[in-house]
Amino acid sequence: MAAEASIRCEVMSEFVSRGFTGRRRTPDELADRLPPGQYAEPGFPVLTAGPTPEIDPGEWSFRIDGMVAERAEWTWADLHELAFEEVPCDIHCVTKWSKLGTSFRGVSLDTLFETAEPLDAFAMAYSHGGYTTNLAIEDLTDGKAWVVTEHEGEPLPREHGGPARLLVPHLYFWKSAKWVAGLRVTDHDEPGFWEANGYHNRGDPWREERYWTD
Amino acid sequence: MDGLTPVAQRAPGRWQIATVTSIERETPRAKSFRLALPMWMPHLPGQHYDVRLTAPDGYRAQRSYSVASSPLDEGEIELTIDRLADGEVSPYFHDVVVVGDRVEVRGPFASYFVWRGEEPVLLVGGGSGVVPLMAMLRHRRRTMPELPMRLVYSVHSAADVIYAGELEADAAITFSREAPPGWTGHAGRIDGPLLVATGFEPATAFVCGSNGFVEAATGLLLENGVEPDRIRTERFGPTG
Repeated sequence: MAAEASIRCEVMSEFVSRGFTGRRRTPDELADRLPPGQYAEPGFPVLTAGPTPEIDPGEWSFRIDGMVAERAEWTWADLHELAFEEVPCDIHCVTKWSKLGTSFRGVSLDTLFETAEPLDAFAMAYSHGGYTTNLAIEDLTDGKAWVVTEHEGEPLPREHGGPARLLVPHLYFWKSAKWVAGLRVTDHDEPGFWEANGYHNRGDPWREERYWTD
Repeated sequence: MDGLTPVAQRAPGRWQIATVTSIERETPRAKSFRLALPMWMPHLPGQHYDVRLTAPDGYRAQRSYSVASSPLDEGEIELTIDRLADGEVSPYFHDVVVVGDRVEVRGPFASYFVWRGEEPVLLVGGGSGVVPLMAMLRHRRRTMPELPMRLVYSVHSAADVIYAGELEADAAITFSREAPPGWTGHAGRIDGPLLVATGFEPATAFVCGSNGFVEAATGLLLENGVEPDRIRTERFGPTG
């Protein structure tokens, strides 16, 4: 029985689509940078669940509160007094496209956490317009996450989350909340917007964690 | 978006091999494929499936497609696929797939851009953005025909009308580039009067199309007093 089951598995994994050879193959030097099931997309598509909010930088602020040593809030001007970093990265959208070799500019979460030190392991990022997404603190620290205001040398366009979005490029891009307004540090993990609507709780593209049950 | 009730997560995520049972040409660019699924489960109107193609050397390509059919069609789903010239998966479906072929799929996925019976409902579709909206319209016609639901559908010209045989009194079409000769209905881009012609305040408005279309349509809805949290959008990523 075991042998039969394993043969059946092998047959499943060797399924070939009749007549499919593949057209949009990525050059070898880039193919290693594409997580499973992704393809390279030269553009920068927009995927938003509701209307696009319009937030003036003068009204924008970013807050870190909840389980922190000291809660903190930065206005647009406050943020710009901090050290900005250029962040070259590849980004991966759960809808299958990846954008390779792009760049953003912003402030590392490590810098912001120096002021508002997290005392617990989880965070909920929230946005103007009501969007939320949950992240573990360890996915936000040690040079893995930023609040960015520029994309490829230009101010971040509104449709891509301008004036400021979270950037967590090692996870699927829905974790990089557009129009980010803050982080609430919590002592427990709970699903954010897409996570409560069928998408994976963590969203590691290299493990192809697309949907809740992956 | 606050106040949405998270749905119970089911276990739909496994790849399965579906069989193509029928293919219908909708327009020069769009075809509808009926797939029989060995592990079928009912979807919510608006949900999507992932499709995976595998080449003999193991190279794979994946895309997501909205389900066009009602979940009352037990054991099968319909996917309407727009052929994108520079695409990889949609040209395969259009140029290679025939009835009897097998394709790998998994789903149904995502529970935000879905209709759960709320009313009244306004559906606003641009081009092939009509596909997930048609699942809602078809399901409403078969389960709750009296429920107020109206589709406003924008296409470039008469040749681009998907599901042309199914657009009844609950659907208003507009030709944004070229109306057919003798057309007395709405022509030109979607505008405020066309959206409010339903005469009801939508509990939910579902808007689907290209990003430009969705931005324009949601802007009109907001101008006409629809609250942002009543507007759900789905924008085409690049696909193919």
